[in-house]
Amino acid sequence: MSDFPILKQRGQHEVFCGLTAILWLHRKMQDAFFLVVGSRTCAHLLQSAAGVMIFAEPRFGTIILEESDLAGMADMHAELDREIERLLSRRSDIKRLFLVGSCPSEVIKLDLDVAAKRLTKKFNNSIQVANFSGSGIETTFTQGEDACLETVIRDLPTDDTQQLVVLGTMPDAVEDQMKTLLSDLGVGPVKILPTADQRATFGVGAGTRFACVQPFLGAAHDAMVQRGATHISAPFPFGANGTTDWLWAIAQTYGVARDHFDRVIAAPLARAHKAVAHAKSVLQGKTVFFFPDSQLELPLARFLSQECGMILTEVGTPYLHGTLLRPELEAIGPIASISEGQDVDLQLDRHSDINPDLTVCGLGLANPLEAQGKSTKWSIELVFSPVHFYEQAGDLAALFARPLIRKGLLTKEAAE
Amino acid sequence: MKLAVWTYEGPPHVGAMRAVTGMRKTHLVLHAPQGDTYADLLFTMIERRNHRPPVTFTTFQARDLGSDTANLFKQACLAAYERYQPELLIVGASCTAELIQDDPGGLAEALGLPIPVVALELPSYQRKENFGADETLFQIVKALANPCPKTDRITCNLIGPTALGFRHRDDIRELTQLLSQMGIGINAIAPMHAAPDDIRRLGAAHFNVLMYPETGETACRWMEKNLGLPYTKTIPIGLHAVSDFIQEIQGLVDCDAPDLTTDMRSDWYSASVDSNYLTKKRVFVFGDGTHAMAAARLARDEMGFQVVGLGCYNREQARPLRAMAQSMGVPALISDDYLEIEDHIKQLAPELILGTQMERHIAKRLGIPCAVISAPVHVQDFPARYSPQMGVEGANVIFDTWVHPLVMGLEEHLLHMFRDDFEFNDAAGPSHHGGSHQPAPQHDIPADAQIIWLDAAEKELKKIPFFVRGKARRNTEKFATSKGLQEISIDTLYEAKAHYAQ
Repeated sequence: MSDFPILKQRGQHEVFCGLTAILWLHRKMQDAFFLVVGSRTCAHLLQSAAGVMIFAEPRFGTIILEESDLAGMADMHAELDREIERLLSRRSDIKRLFLVGSCPSEVIKLDLDVAAKRLTKKFNNSIQVANFSGSGIETTFTQGEDACLETVIRDLPTDDTQQLVVLGTMPDAVEDQMKTLLSDLGVGPVKILPTADQRATFGVGAGTRFACVQPFLGAAHDAMVQRGATHISAPFPFGANGTTDWLWAIAQTYGVARDHFDRVIAAPLARAHKAVAHAKSVLQGKTVFFFPDSQLELPLARFLSQECGMILTEVGTPYLHGTLLRPELEAIGPIASISEGQDVDLQLDRHSDINPDLTVCGLGLANPLEAQGKSTKWSIELVFSPVHFYEQAGDLAALFARPLIRKGLLTKEAAE
Repeated sequence: MKLAVWTYEGPPHVGAMRAVTGMRKTHLVLHAPQGDTYADLLFTMIERRNHRPPVTFTTFQARDLGSDTANLFKQACLAAYERYQPELLIVGASCTAELIQDDPGGLAEALGLPIPVVALELPSYQRKENFGADETLFQIVKALANPCPKTDRITCNLIGPTALGFRHRDDIRELTQLLSQMGIGINAIAPMHAAPDDIRRLGAAHFNVLMYPETGETACRWMEKNLGLPYTKTIPIGLHAVSDFIQEIQGLVDCDAPDLTTDMRSDWYSASVDSNYLTKKRVFVFGDGTHAMAAARLARDEMGFQVVGLGCYNREQARPLRAMAQSMGVPALISDDYLEIEDHIKQLAPELILGTQMERHIAKRLGIPCAVISAPVHVQDFPARYSPQMGVEGANVIFDTWVHPLVMGLEEHLLHMFRDDFEFNDAAGPSHHGGSHQPAPQHDIPADAQIIWLDAAEKELKKIPFFVRGKARRNTEKFATSKGLQEISIDTLYEAKAHYAQ
């Protein structure tokens, strides 16, 4: 399956840019401020994508470039410093500041790396300033998290002691479940990136083994390898099988015996199977089509096919990272086609021909497809909801079953 | 550079999208980087449109910048023309494409398409969303509309409504009905519902009704000068303004006076003794200039409120708004800085805020009742029911909308007052049960069951979001009881979760 032909297309990409990742990164990194240096469009995107706006003063914002800024570069750094100092004077809770590059800041080649170094020195290291790109010309949606972690990893101190580092943002409760499982297996010490608190920073080096819980961390993976760490390759911990394979890959490198492993996972594994069974009765034998969105598409398609009995039609992904996704491609089973990149018009044509029972897509496409009578699962929810590991396997399956159940409930025949 | 936390308006190309998405047989090609397609979901999610906006984005990436983004744009134009067969093509650039200066207008012109092409200049680093919508309509009208013979019967055009507009859908219907009672027909509506041919025959109307100056004024001015179409200046929000609006039209054309009394209720509701408590309520008004000014007038003259502050976020309306604020003897606040507006409200300490969704959140934090009168829009601003702001029914809708949060506030106040009353306290239960009401048991666990939550499980439970925590606790206890368990561990918690999964 790893040499499966991949349809590559270049047309309109109906995807978010990497700035969107700020929406979950800022919730996880509780002492960090994410400052986009960009345009009114960037600010409007963050506000619109935030959906339910809380309108408190959030830990993200946009420095909007104006006509006068585009005239001379020397001015821009002075302006940047002034706005940042004004911001930080109001926010003593901020210990980490990320300058986030955008399409306009990259096109005018505003060097935010230089700015970050200058500001770190200026604040006498009391606030760490770093930069990464969330621009649409460089990143798609979840790649914003990848770019952020890449920067964080680059700046970590060196420490060659034995440890396991897990990469990827998860809700706290899910993170705790994972820690308990690893600790019961006898795997440790375990560190997680991103950290909630900058003071919890640790070093990485030759003694570090690492695993990713998200498939979109290609650049972060490369940065870890460059720091001398060893990657543990595995399918991603979605569903019962994905979680077992992921844990077993780690356990093996720690020399955990299979019978001990089986004992530790027995209860949660049985629960996961039981919980998935509810949704499986709805999903079994149904066809599913993925539009590209978050790079979670292939692991989720594998879960739906292996554990829920769904039939995979086209699975689209914005980008397919060969190294990280190889175990998924080997496990995925029958699949009609994989596409990378997008020409949304042509893809909608194929989608219409296939006419799947369930379509996984972004918010721009969901209602227009629903209006044609299709059942859709909007994909952004898969990024924001707790879906990793055993205890969430049932919830993950339920997210896909709900649109089908709902459609069934709302037919007139069902009412009679 | 300017730090923005929340914004009232999007960039100008979103305004262009609003104009074009309202139209028919028209397509917009935007030179824009990957990611700018987020704007589609404003229309499909907030407004719940059942079609994708008629907009193609070139979605260029970094690797395209080194090669040929201009060619990418041309290909996108051709593909859009062939696929959608529009009768009019609009082209423009978003903020990033403006920087790479590919000249979408020139490129599209060079394609020699057999349909008119209108190129937009959208200065992203100077202007905003409303400008973008206003400019787009103006350029389309300028390109297509020509003088033409007037319709035999008296007709007008409705100018300004767009996709994603605050109650535009219902205002169109309300004004159409009002004008029809005056014997005036609708020649065209633009940009909403207009096909290019409707734009061409705008000049057949006898006058224009400018519904929303924010998105239609430049086009109306051009039509006044070039097509000889006068346009109305009164925004018919509130009964007084509706009456002025009718008079203004009677000054422009010979028409009937409509009988509006059948549906007029807001004036009587406001006069009834039940509304006495509204007298001199201190209100703060903020929104786009048009809606803010209309609301301020209505608040003072038809509700008997006291306007203590008035402001708008769009500088284009600063002058008339300042004049109105001065005539009311209150400070004018022209700002799109959300934090500044919050401070201003705090200082004024009003009893009611009439604002946008942003002020609604400020109000929530400050514990002040609030009603929404203007864009920026939220999914709640597209109710399923008919709820215009303009005309007689608009006045009825506004009366209800504004009074509702005050009534809720009053109820809360009463609850607070009676909290310790012997009869009406929380534990007493609803009075309509005649005292026989028994408080519901906390949960359906046998009273003798002694189930102990182990510390770790209790801690795990706290990680569950508060709004489902109660349900999780009940389900877990029910599950434990059914299994005859005495203690609840983390495993029990998750066993229960798996058991109840669906």
